[in-house]
Amino acid sequence: MNAPSNLKYTKSDEWFDPASGAMGLTDYAQSQLSDIVFIEFLVEEGETVEAGKAIASVESVKASAEIYAPAAGKVTAVNKALSDKPETLNSDAFGEGWMVKVEGGVAGDVMDADAYVKYCEERAH
Amino acid sequence: MTYIPISPKERDAMLATVGVKSLDDLFEAVPQKHRFPKLNLPPALSEMEAASLLGEMASSNENVREHVISFLGAGAYNHYIPSVVDHILRRGEFYTAYTPYQPEISQGTLQGIFEYQSLMTNLTGMDVSNASHYDGATAAAEAVNLAYAQFRGKRKKVVVSPGLHPQYREVIRTYTQGMGVELTDKTEADLEVGPEALISQIDDNTMLVVVQYPDFFGRIYDYTKLIEAAHAKGSLVCIVANPTALVMLKTPGEMGADIVVGEAQPFGIPLWYGGPYLGFFTTKKSYVHKMAGRLVGETMDNRGQRSYVLTLTAREQHIKRERATSNICSNQGLLALGAAVYMSVLGKGGLQEVANLCYQKAHYAAEQISKIDGFGLCFAEPFFHEFALCCPKPIAEINEHLLEHGIIGGYDLGNDYPALKDHMLIAVTEMNSREEIDTFVEVLKEVAND
Amino acid sequence: MTSPAAPVVTTAKIVEPTIFEISSPGRRGVNMPASDVPETALPPKDLLRSDLPLPELAEVDVVRHYMRLSKFNYSVDDGFYPLGSCTMKYNPKINEDTCRLPGFLYTHPLQPIETVQGNLALMYETQEWLKEISGFAGITLQPAAGAHGEFTGVLMMAAYHKSRGDTKRTKMLIPDAAHGTNPASTGMLGMSVVTIPSDARGNVDLKALEAACDDTVVGMMLTNPNTLGMFDEHIEQVIKLVHDCGGLMYGDGANLNALLGILRPGDLGFDVMHFNLHKTFSVPHGGGGPGSGPVGVAARLADFLPAPVVGIVEEAEDDLPPLYGFITPKQSIGRMKAFHGHFGGGLVRSYTYIAMHGPNGLKDISQYAVLNANYLQARLRDTYHVPYDRICMHEFVAEGQFAGSDVRALDIAKRLMDYNFHPPTNYFPLIVHEALMIEPTETENKDTLDAFADALIKIADEAKTSPDLLHSAPHITPFGRMDEVKAARELVLCCWLPEDYNENE
Repeated sequence: MNAPSNLKYTKSDEWFDPASGAMGLTDYAQSQLSDIVFIEFLVEEGETVEAGKAIASVESVKASAEIYAPAAGKVTAVNKALSDKPETLNSDAFGEGWMVKVEGGVAGDVMDADAYVKYCEERAH
Repeated sequence: MTYIPISPKERDAMLATVGVKSLDDLFEAVPQKHRFPKLNLPPALSEMEAASLLGEMASSNENVREHVISFLGAGAYNHYIPSVVDHILRRGEFYTAYTPYQPEISQGTLQGIFEYQSLMTNLTGMDVSNASHYDGATAAAEAVNLAYAQFRGKRKKVVVSPGLHPQYREVIRTYTQGMGVELTDKTEADLEVGPEALISQIDDNTMLVVVQYPDFFGRIYDYTKLIEAAHAKGSLVCIVANPTALVMLKTPGEMGADIVVGEAQPFGIPLWYGGPYLGFFTTKKSYVHKMAGRLVGETMDNRGQRSYVLTLTAREQHIKRERATSNICSNQGLLALGAAVYMSVLGKGGLQEVANLCYQKAHYAAEQISKIDGFGLCFAEPFFHEFALCCPKPIAEINEHLLEHGIIGGYDLGNDYPALKDHMLIAVTEMNSREEIDTFVEVLKEVAND
Repeated sequence: MTSPAAPVVTTAKIVEPTIFEISSPGRRGVNMPASDVPETALPPKDLLRSDLPLPELAEVDVVRHYMRLSKFNYSVDDGFYPLGSCTMKYNPKINEDTCRLPGFLYTHPLQPIETVQGNLALMYETQEWLKEISGFAGITLQPAAGAHGEFTGVLMMAAYHKSRGDTKRTKMLIPDAAHGTNPASTGMLGMSVVTIPSDARGNVDLKALEAACDDTVVGMMLTNPNTLGMFDEHIEQVIKLVHDCGGLMYGDGANLNALLGILRPGDLGFDVMHFNLHKTFSVPHGGGGPGSGPVGVAARLADFLPAPVVGIVEEAEDDLPPLYGFITPKQSIGRMKAFHGHFGGGLVRSYTYIAMHGPNGLKDISQYAVLNANYLQARLRDTYHVPYDRICMHEFVAEGQFAGSDVRALDIAKRLMDYNFHPPTNYFPLIVHEALMIEPTETENKDTLDAFADALIKIADEAKTSPDLLHSAPHITPFGRMDEVKAARELVLCCWLPEDYNENE
């Protein structure tokens, strides 16, 4: 399973990169949602988010999900390119599929990659 | 056991397979105290008796085709329905099918709705149409839901024109009572002023402006300036339109409207004492994800054939649950198909004839009635097939007199607008012959001279 | 006119062209008569549309187009339609005649009440009959569909609490097996949803319910029998827990076809319930609607019903029948739609249906609906795992998956089409893996049920021996599986007249 070790993860399947302040949904989450066809951002640049607050809403062909901020901080960038190409979330969830960047990010309730992989495997059963 | 096709012998065999002795044994989970209540209902009728009973009930009404001449409109219109429409709707393949969740065996319904969507977008000049809402009033309320979702609840005000149908305004009020929304909806407002009077009410907190076209009093306004002003404040604008009028008039799309909804009953759906009707809902492509209701899109099957499916379903309640824009689940499927057949079989030329007949006859009626002492048109604006009439006596009195002569008069505007006491709203369609209009005029003359 | 966006280039084979594609400039269908009044000038040109880009066809073109489309549909008139939660029973033909009687078709909703006493009597009696069938004290016929009825019910629950000054109630309790409309209706009022799990026997988990019950509860929305087809074995305790914390009990009437003459939800203590006339009382589904969703309420909620309801405004006297008219309940939540509900297409058909069944016939409906479901369950349980296996009501849920096989419920559903059956509901309720939710209704005979069970058993065998046959199904239908991703990504939602249309003139 794909879960880079430099990232932190939430139980609701978001990732956070403490180095860059980027956040998004995990590869596991995109595979569960299947083909994502729509993303709506719920925060704007300059806004301050709290951990656990919804930052985006995505819809796939068969499901919909809210994406909750894995970390608190001030939003410095929103990846608007995803609006035109939401399929990027399926093809590159940890890279081009980043959703929001924050500065001074303080992670909320997160785990490391090993724990997250274990957590996903448990749910598969 | 009218429609139950199981013989006693088969029943017993089935009970044995299930492993119970009697039908009653299947219900042991039901609390005994309340199990098998005796229902105090009339005994069952045979089909012949039911047909006779329903026939009597129906014929005890005075209907507008056989017994009375009607000039009632106010949201429901008496139009001719070509025979073809009901012949198609009576196909069991259409009316006994379910929602097309299995597209491989539902292409009839799906392509039918796709064509309905296409007809409505072309009529309104908008980009997309959904598969329909319950009626015009709930479609207007769904426009508020769209705007609320679009601004994610951050804008809280809806500017509602006093010229919007009173029942539509009531439905919007009912729908929004849990949203904490402010409705500017003043029936005591000055009804003489044009739509620009609404501009001063639009502010940075306004999510939506709702106007009607032609308005409830029949007046035709070009809303372009109002829409520009609303957009300048970031607000959306919804136009509630009459589809027959749209055949003739400038499209709301051309005026810049964001949402165009309305009642499509005039398009091939009988008066049916108020329902079921057909709420159409069209908008710009950019709002499609916030639009409630079913939506059909084009695709391809695995055999390379063009085909249609329900699409963007993740917007809807069965997936998005409490986060959905609306809880709507069904659409008016069969009636949307009926409207599509109506538009197709009349076609461009037939629809233009219907619209023109409505316009001509309404103007003839208006002209003849205004010649009678004490009667006059309330407003000077252009109108389509409906107009407000100032009368010399209480409307209830006039209508009673008309009914004695087999005529159902207009809608009493004093019911909803205190300022319009002794005013009635008259609708004239292609169904009203010149002779009927002349009779109407004669009886109104009697009323005036009474 | 707005110019159409560039059409998506597709090489797809066109099976039936659209009504726009078969249009030809100048062709005419139905004509209207010439005007018989002197001509009035049209409004100023800037108020007129410049173009009307709609199809032009002859009547025969239209008839053949829609006839061809109709043949692509599966319908109840064609065959078995065991869609769980949808009650796809046979729609009696007499209903189609009664609802089209001219007296019903051609009455305007705003006519004086004296001229529509037949309509009002029908509505009044429908209200009375639905009260008797359900055990409720008041009925509104206004809601247009089940979901609309739910919204009506939730509005009344909120209004009831508000009228008592009980303003801190914001939580709605909803079981995990519920229809999506339940939380969505709640969401429309800004209430929060608390999900209550089901226990191992498919009942509401009483411990979880007890923990959730407090003085912030608006009420509970419960489908009973639930979407697993199970009658809740602790229903009286469930209702008591909700009532004891001051909450109201909402019944989702989607599954009322199991309860006619069996149990009146009002007797049990439910406070509100919507009916689905298009399920229980044989209004045809029409390819997705119109439905009809009257709502029944207990006495304490009757004042909050939407306005207006039908009542007797002048009592009967000697030989004169009563005069029926409209009454506005004292604390009405307001109007749910324009006019009076789905009168013609909904109420007239249901009235005909109830009149033809009477009290015994109604009980037969539910008894045979439940027998048919249990019979199918008995025939299938050895082949398909039934996770909640006990006597079911009018439907049951099986798992559409087999150990060691990659065949899914979707594949089984699609393969059923090759056997000329409509598939059951799949992937609902959410709490069963690969759910196949089967509701046969009372209008199917034993031969049909056996043929369906045989087909499902054969498909289970095919899943082992030739799974690809299922993955690629259906094979004999006019269309194969659709590319839903393409539909959602490309979003072609509309078609137009061909670009060179007028050049053909």
